[in-house]
Amino acid sequence: MAESLLRVLVVDDEAPARRRLRDLLDDCSAALPLAVVGEAQHGREALDLLQSAPADLVLTDIHMPDMDGIEFARHLLKFPHPPVVIFTTAFHEHAVQAFEVNAIDYLMKPVRVQRLLGALQKVPRLKPVSAEKLSQLASCARRFLSVTERSRVVLVPIDEIVYLKAELKYITIRTAQREYLLEESLTKLEAEFGSRFIRVHRNCLVARSFIRGFERRVNDDGDSHWEVLLTGVEETLPVSRRQQFIVRDVGRETAA
Amino acid sequence: MKLPAVPDPRNLGTILRTIVAVNAAAALYALARAGGAAGALVEWSRATAVLEPYLFLVLAILWALGPWLVRQPFRLAAGIIALVVVLVGIGLFAVMQYLDPQPAANLLLWLVWGLVAAGGLLYFFQLRSRALSPAISEARLQALQARIRPHFLFNSINAVLSLMRSDPKRAEIALQDLADLFRVLMRDNRDLAPLADEVELCRQYLELEQLRLGERLQVDWNIKSMPPDALVPPLMLQPLLENAVYHGIEPSSAIGVVSINLFLTRGEVHAILRNPYRAEGGSHHSGNKMALANIRERLALHYDAEASLESRVTKDSYEVHIRVPYRTAGPDRAADAHARAQGASHASHREVGRGSFERGLLPKGLRLVPREVAHG
Repeated sequence: MAESLLRVLVVDDEAPARRRLRDLLDDCSAALPLAVVGEAQHGREALDLLQSAPADLVLTDIHMPDMDGIEFARHLLKFPHPPVVIFTTAFHEHAVQAFEVNAIDYLMKPVRVQRLLGALQKVPRLKPVSAEKLSQLASCARRFLSVTERSRVVLVPIDEIVYLKAELKYITIRTAQREYLLEESLTKLEAEFGSRFIRVHRNCLVARSFIRGFERRVNDDGDSHWEVLLTGVEETLPVSRRQQFIVRDVGRETAA
Repeated sequence: MKLPAVPDPRNLGTILRTIVAVNAAAALYALARAGGAAGALVEWSRATAVLEPYLFLVLAILWALGPWLVRQPFRLAAGIIALVVVLVGIGLFAVMQYLDPQPAANLLLWLVWGLVAAGGLLYFFQLRSRALSPAISEARLQALQARIRPHFLFNSINAVLSLMRSDPKRAEIALQDLADLFRVLMRDNRDLAPLADEVELCRQYLELEQLRLGERLQVDWNIKSMPPDALVPPLMLQPLLENAVYHGIEPSSAIGVVSINLFLTRGEVHAILRNPYRAEGGSHHSGNKMALANIRERLALHYDAEASLESRVTKDSYEVHIRVPYRTAGPDRAADAHARAQGASHASHREVGRGSFERGLLPKGLRLVPREVAHG
């Protein structure tokens, strides 16, 4: 491993910051064989890039548009061989505190070449930060959910999700176009996305913005229950007896 | 000189000081009358039996009048306080005479004591507020000085570092801008300064931001009808632009425009700043609110009710509107400021709509243009 080339991806929304890191990496390359495989302006672009140009190390800023560094690192874990992530930050007191507490590697901008070299030399011994820790660092909910399909990472924008349904080991993500399978916990998703989704059943969260209405159904036994009608999706979802109150609550909201 | 208004009768400090002072005076009086510690206690308790209801009744009535009273001119308010003291004195005296007629009691003496106490206390509060008020407002102004985000400082230094190797000249100018910016931020900013200076500061700030954000940040200056000599609180606009960049430009990778409109109309200077509004971002509101409250408070300290600051959110933009009265310094300084600002607005005119950062990076920075105009 020591002789092999270290492949590095640089992610920062500010062009001067990317250039500075490239200059410094250039300086380090004398002491340690490395190659910059690319640059990206934010997490989403970086994920795209990594699908075709794998890297061993990602140096990423935290505060970025479209997808911040923390969310990016969370999606990275879905890769079969996730690269090591080292965060770079200018000054985010809370972020730095969180890194220290969780022993997560970070570099302070402006970065010194000695510090960078030290970090690069540690890379072979570093392990990806756990999803658990990253979710604690996140200051806001993710903008995407990521799923692995044929060893590619696919991003599903949160605002396209119609519902999330737990089935055995997996969660089905339903968008207007198709379904995806996700390995996460419905309870945690509910906590993360809060008011965006509403629980209609023990195993199902529905996006409020996709609820078109409710319909009362009577089955053969004469029992009746409510079904949620959805925008953009033909199927309907049953509302459990325990969650019946949402029919009134959501109905009032949409009326108002 | 305008006399400060009477102390706020609802302020706990005022109430406590009054009670302590009146009771201490009563104790001294008792001590002097009895001529010894033993008799003084009896004398004091006798005196306070009358004094305490009198004092608290007066305080209660003043408390009720409080909000109205503090808004009155000093002389009127002091007269009303004296009137309350006299009326309560007469009323209380009448009640006490009815309950327990004391031959020794003397209405005139009561009222004299009451008025002396009221007058003495008013004088004391007056002295105190005169001693404190400049200190208080100075301390507040200093504390209120808008503080730049450390995030901006470190990112800018990082941007300058990135230029060192490839474009040392640009790095040089950027560092000079940074130095100028911090010179203003760190100096004593209590006095009003010409609007032209503030515009210059904003320009340097935005140039530094463009260095790091590139074409994502576009600036639209509309300052043709700006009164350059108008005096405004320093750092009235820069913190707002910082917010505009932080909340309006940084969260998106799309190109965003920050627009600055400065104009004079009907004796008032208006500043309208607009930036794209992005609904998401949790930290948006707290930081922004702090800057707004800061500027609003400084406007109030300098202009009282004559100035205003309003902010509003439209569908896709965020707008802050500041209005201050048009005031200028003496004729000499005004002319100087005018000349400088003419240069600034002239320069700015060329810039409008032009791509981002070549401008500040010319060897002859924008900053130099106004000075040349002023001296030529």
